[in-house]
Amino acid sequence: MKRTLTILILVLLAMPAWAVQPGEMLDDPALEARARTISKDLRCVVCQNQSIDDSDAHLARDLRVLVRERLVAGDSDREVVDYVVSRYGDFVLLTPPFKPATYALWFAPPLIAGLGVLAVFFYYRRRRSAGVAVEPRPLTEEQRKRVERLLGDEPP
Amino acid sequence: MIVETGHFALVMALVVALVQATLPLIGAQRGNEAWMAMARPAAIAQMLFVSVSFGCLTYAYLTSDFSVLNVVNNSHSAKPLIYKISGVWGNHEGSMLLWVLILAVFGAAVAVFGANLPPTLKARVLGVQALVSVGFFLFVLFTSNPFERILPAPPDGHGLNPLLQDPGLAIHPPFLYLGYVGFSIAFSFAIAALIEGRVDAAWARWVRPWTLAAWMFLTAGIGLGSWWAYYELGWGGWWFWDPVENASFLPWLSGTALLHSAVVVEKRDTLKGWTVFLAIVTFSLSLLGAFLVRSGVLTSVHAFATDPARGVFILVLLLIVIGGSFALFAWRGPSLKASGLFLPVSREGSLLLNNLLLTTAAAVVLLGTLYPLFLDAIGGGKVSVGAPFFNAVFVPLMVPLLVAMAIGPLLPWKRGDLVAIFWRVQLVLGLTGAAVFLTWVFAADGPMFALLGMGLAAWLAVGTLFEIGERTRLFRASMAESGRRLRRVSRAAWGMTAAHFGVAVLVAGITASSAWTVESIQTMRPGETVQIAGYDFTFEGARDTRGPNYEAVTGTFTVTRDERPFTVLRPERRVYPVEGQQTTEAAIRSTFLGDLYAVIGEAEGADGAFVTRLYFNPLVPWIWAGLVIMCIGGVVSLSDRRHRVGAPSRRHRAQAVESPAAA
Amino acid sequence: MKRVIYILPLAAFVVIAAYLGVGLTRDPHTLPSVLIDQEVPPFSLAAIEGREKGFSSADLIGEVSLVNVFGSWCVACRIEHPFLMRLKDDNVVPIHGINWREENRQAGPAWLARFGDPYTLIGDDPESKGAIAFGVSGAPETFIVDARGVIRYKHIGPITPEVWESTLWPLIQELRKG
Repeated sequence: MKRTLTILILVLLAMPAWAVQPGEMLDDPALEARARTISKDLRCVVCQNQSIDDSDAHLARDLRVLVRERLVAGDSDREVVDYVVSRYGDFVLLTPPFKPATYALWFAPPLIAGLGVLAVFFYYRRRRSAGVAVEPRPLTEEQRKRVERLLGDEPP
Repeated sequence: MIVETGHFALVMALVVALVQATLPLIGAQRGNEAWMAMARPAAIAQMLFVSVSFGCLTYAYLTSDFSVLNVVNNSHSAKPLIYKISGVWGNHEGSMLLWVLILAVFGAAVAVFGANLPPTLKARVLGVQALVSVGFFLFVLFTSNPFERILPAPPDGHGLNPLLQDPGLAIHPPFLYLGYVGFSIAFSFAIAALIEGRVDAAWARWVRPWTLAAWMFLTAGIGLGSWWAYYELGWGGWWFWDPVENASFLPWLSGTALLHSAVVVEKRDTLKGWTVFLAIVTFSLSLLGAFLVRSGVLTSVHAFATDPARGVFILVLLLIVIGGSFALFAWRGPSLKASGLFLPVSREGSLLLNNLLLTTAAAVVLLGTLYPLFLDAIGGGKVSVGAPFFNAVFVPLMVPLLVAMAIGPLLPWKRGDLVAIFWRVQLVLGLTGAAVFLTWVFAADGPMFALLGMGLAAWLAVGTLFEIGERTRLFRASMAESGRRLRRVSRAAWGMTAAHFGVAVLVAGITASSAWTVESIQTMRPGETVQIAGYDFTFEGARDTRGPNYEAVTGTFTVTRDERPFTVLRPERRVYPVEGQQTTEAAIRSTFLGDLYAVIGEAEGADGAFVTRLYFNPLVPWIWAGLVIMCIGGVVSLSDRRHRVGAPSRRHRAQAVESPAAA
Repeated sequence: MKRVIYILPLAAFVVIAAYLGVGLTRDPHTLPSVLIDQEVPPFSLAAIEGREKGFSSADLIGEVSLVNVFGSWCVACRIEHPFLMRLKDDNVVPIHGINWREENRQAGPAWLARFGDPYTLIGDDPESKGAIAFGVSGAPETFIVDARGVIRYKHIGPITPEVWESTLWPLIQELRKG
């Protein structure tokens, strides 16, 4: 019941307004470009998996406006993001922050790749030590002709 | 009555599947041929019963039978015919019925086309396939019955989510499911092989076409989904690394790896355990996707309305199917003995590299998708893992893959010489350099990654064509000789060439659209003009229009280039009164170099001014073209007589079994 | 050694499945507040129509109070409203309201006139300034703020008598003790 209700609330809030509007945009193109970049990395908290820049939700619109107000007030990009994070938490960052809770996330990809490389390395070593030489026996004339014939339609 | 028939047919399908899941497996174990032979008729009967059931639900939709709860919730009498049909699978219950239908159709296809399969293998494959079916039949019947009645019947339905009322999305789920579920065949073959304790070249040859077919459908399904997002969501994005997108991309990644590792099994009689593992993983990832979308554990814009009871049921199903498979793998896997050898620099070596990169990519995407869930489960707080993370970890894995993709097909089997290859591909390198230079000249303002991306695309495209040239000894032998060799190139080889070339086109499209999209958002009064990428968009105004079941505001833009009329764009913003929702319909005009893309927003003030969003999306048509070429490659390869669905000619089969290394 | 490698997939799957199982018991939609035990970020909201005084962060100093985010468009707010009226009649704790994102300036006051007004102070919040200060993602949400103006608890969704008895009221009493 609680879940249905929450979803109901969310649906109501997610009624369309529109992604970034011309009226919200700043006149200073440099500042506006910074605002766009920041809002593309801030997650809309009511619509899930959209940035506030893409989102149609009212709250996303108000956050876009807030981002621009902070920029006009002279905040750095970092300060604007920190401002929003201090109220909504790391959840609003589409790029997960680099901190103990996400070490596993950021370190895992190189680790997985490294383990994969290692596994392949051991595969080759084990296969080679299995004893059979890879060196092919020289082909007989008849075999060579057959290879020539087949070479044209070798499947991938 | 029809509805009860559908329900009854589904129960009958379950009964038949139970028989198919037990007798043939026991028969194969005991050598009882009569019991093994039960598999074929049972698979066909199961398919027929599910078809009847699916037909009945479709009938209920077509006739707008509002005594059926599922129809009430997802249809409306005023809906166009095509969306009455697509409404059948536009919801959880109906889509599950489609899922079991496809599962049964694939099973029946193996029963019918698998005449050449050894009887025990065939009995086991169909038995395993039926085991999976049983699980899903129970799921549908106990938690997601689409035939539930509602009394008294309401006068009309609630309608279908307008976002789903779209031709692209109407056919997207069937393709996606053909892909997901198609991998169940490779899975069943893998489990059957583990039971038999035997994986050989013939086995790989039977698995490949089924995997290829599923891969093709999944490619098409993902492509359709992206295409839909591109024109429907109204800002020109087509891939968001959303959990549900990832759920469909994961089996694609491992399925692609499987497609390539099966080649090594067929040619070199090695990587057997690995290939069986990939077959299990690929279908497991399909099942995991179903769990993620339907259980509500992750938030996504695409998720179905969720129900924890269903989540628990699917999780138990996952535990049995995946857990059971991996347990069997742990037990029987070590007994699979390899014989063939190859060196790292060889065709097989490049296929192994492909597998390393694709499975690493799959693991990384899986981790990113599930990480928020993991962290929350251990009380570590809420985080989001969005597109920037996936791009950062995925792209570096794709770069070496694309580099190797052009080289791999040029390498000889067993052992190759990288230095010699390097000297052979000077032409390819030269043309790649030229492409990078041209990119730099024409689009110097783009980011650096664009040069890399376009370079890789050129490298792969030229390399793929070069490989055909090498195969036919073009310019080295006489034209007649080259022509003769060209005709002898097998369809399987052509399929590979097309698929790889398609990837090159796709990469160019992805790179260009990420690097050089031009966007302009503004309020326009009628008569005003905005210039984008050399095109002048003049807003002619907007008016109210009406569709079959919606009302719309339609804007008109006339587009000119160098003062000459080029095209007229008519984007819409629709309101569906029954469902109470809005959608945007972008107007798109594709050119060779990119899409002109226009969206109309809300009215501003009283003088007919509207918010408008105009884009030039460079090379986006190449993305769709690349995907189409990849699918065509799949079709061409499937049409190869040696791949023809599980039935290689006797001569070829005999060869494959007796001397796999010489094939 | 070889056997171990073949067991790895099973082990990995069991771990993943365990997490998925835990995940089923969690609601990914609710966002816990990061502001617990933090001072209320400064905000200042104008009065709604028909009231003199607005609502700002300074008003929260001095007494334990509830801050309730509501709107006339919010169905669930309508569900919890009678309970808030009861709390007001019992006069147990001051309830301040943030009237969030009304379509027009009349909507909120009209809603309160119709169903009753349980609020001590109300801030009009058409631009989500107050809502963002509290890190609100939906309505209704209710915060318990202590006498020093520090946020101590966040409740998502309607307040029910059960929630009140089991969580909110005991916490308020504890905070009052100091």
